[in-house]
Amino acid sequence: MASLLSVHDLCYTYHTREADTPALTRVSFRVEPGEFVSIVGPSGCGKSTLLSIIAGLITPESGTISLGTDAPHPIGYMFQRDQLLEWRTILANACLGLEIRKELTAQTKDYVKQLLTQYGLGDFLSHRPSQLSGGMRQRAALVRTLALKPELLLLDEPFSALDYQTRLSVSDEIWRILRQTGKTAVLVTHDISEAISLGDRVLVLSARPGRILQDLPMDFGADRTPLSVRSLPAFQTYFQEIWQAMTQEGGENHA
Amino acid sequence: MHDLTPRARYLRTVRRRMRLVTFGRVAVLILFLLAWEISARIGLLDTFIFSSPSALWTTLLDMIGDGSIFLHTGITLYETLVSFLISTLLGLAIAVLLWWCPLSREISEPYWIALNSLPKSALAPILIVWFGNTTKSILITSISLTIVTTILTMLNGFLCVDPDKLALIRSFGGKKRHILTKVLLPANIPVLMNVLKVNIGLCLIGVIIGEFLAAKAGLGYLIIYGSQIFRMNWVILSIVILCVMAVLLYLLIQWIGKQYEKHRQ
Repeated sequence: MASLLSVHDLCYTYHTREADTPALTRVSFRVEPGEFVSIVGPSGCGKSTLLSIIAGLITPESGTISLGTDAPHPIGYMFQRDQLLEWRTILANACLGLEIRKELTAQTKDYVKQLLTQYGLGDFLSHRPSQLSGGMRQRAALVRTLALKPELLLLDEPFSALDYQTRLSVSDEIWRILRQTGKTAVLVTHDISEAISLGDRVLVLSARPGRILQDLPMDFGADRTPLSVRSLPAFQTYFQEIWQAMTQEGGENHA
Repeated sequence: MHDLTPRARYLRTVRRRMRLVTFGRVAVLILFLLAWEISARIGLLDTFIFSSPSALWTTLLDMIGDGSIFLHTGITLYETLVSFLISTLLGLAIAVLLWWCPLSREISEPYWIALNSLPKSALAPILIVWFGNTTKSILITSISLTIVTTILTMLNGFLCVDPDKLALIRSFGGKKRHILTKVLLPANIPVLMNVLKVNIGLCLIGVIIGEFLAAKAGLGYLIIYGSQIFRMNWVILSIVILCVMAVLLYLLIQWIGKQYEKHRQ
């Protein structure tokens, strides 16, 4: 019962006047402290819905979510695009969460400055988001999330808006930062390679309505990094395994 | 001349062009005034109906002398600014309210559409009957002309903000008021600036319509009264002053916008 996150029997359906669209059926899994779990699935399989439910942004139809932490702000959320506010400086953007929680003090502000400096944004505190590169923006967004000291980070395809090269280096950077700070993370993505390279475990989600097809541990040894594992033979094996799980399931649906 | 750098040559072309444009603009005005004056003097135009630049100038000096020009211009300016402030602030407040309470938005939607398509000047005669021959009628006429577009434009601006930005605020535990103050209002400053530019012009139109129908002073009153007693000098002078006033008010709003941009940097 030491799991940081337990999701049990989660169901969710989108209702419109025309039809009901089931998005998730009976999704259950656990995430242990310090784990990096990737959830991969085809577009529109309810991945983002799942994260929104865990974050408490939407209420599940049935099923439960429990968190094994008593941190004041247990969950941090990162979006598909960085969602930095253009009219704020990088520092003011990074302080947004603290500001809303009314926890912006000289002390917490210093902490944010320290984080920004640590992640290479020290010279850009009073710049506007548009003056930064895509990778720097994503790091600023990460600092905005880390400022509230969450235990669990939910990453909703946070690299999907970046070009391929930036995407590889930014995901590597962010993975290292989360590893060093001992954070737990749940990443959703439709990119199988990204899921394998970042995740300690990969959960494979079916097409809509999403359910968990497989729960695969990624065993690359202790000195793995997102970039290095891409050249290991095991990477290809995992890729095949996940690809087959996703396409076979798709084939059944069409048959 | 051949040793100019490409950049210097480019800048020289740009400066020449700018000078030519400015010169052209002034020349058009002078030619127009000259043609008008000459046609009036040689009897091509009937000065009783069409007036003339020199007659307007004399009229202007007379009216400056007895101070009546300041009275009429001042009243129109005052009414325009008051109705501009009220319609913009009230319109913004109603837009916020409609965003805050989606049920009220859904219920009122067809009525806003109807009000928006209605030619508001059609309301003016009724407003005069209801509120009397007073400044209040003029202000309400002008406000009725601008407030609906203000509401609909601002509301549309609020509804166009990326839903993920709203989710971001909610992921930090923010409530509706945080969404409003941290995202919706700052994100819609450019929309508001456009609304201000449109409103200042519309308010001037509204005030003149109001003054046509109910006024004892103001440029709109001067135009109607002047045309009734065939003092065309008054009428045309009022129109010229209105032109200048409209441009100056527009420039004022533009200047405020620029100051805001500078302050933000």
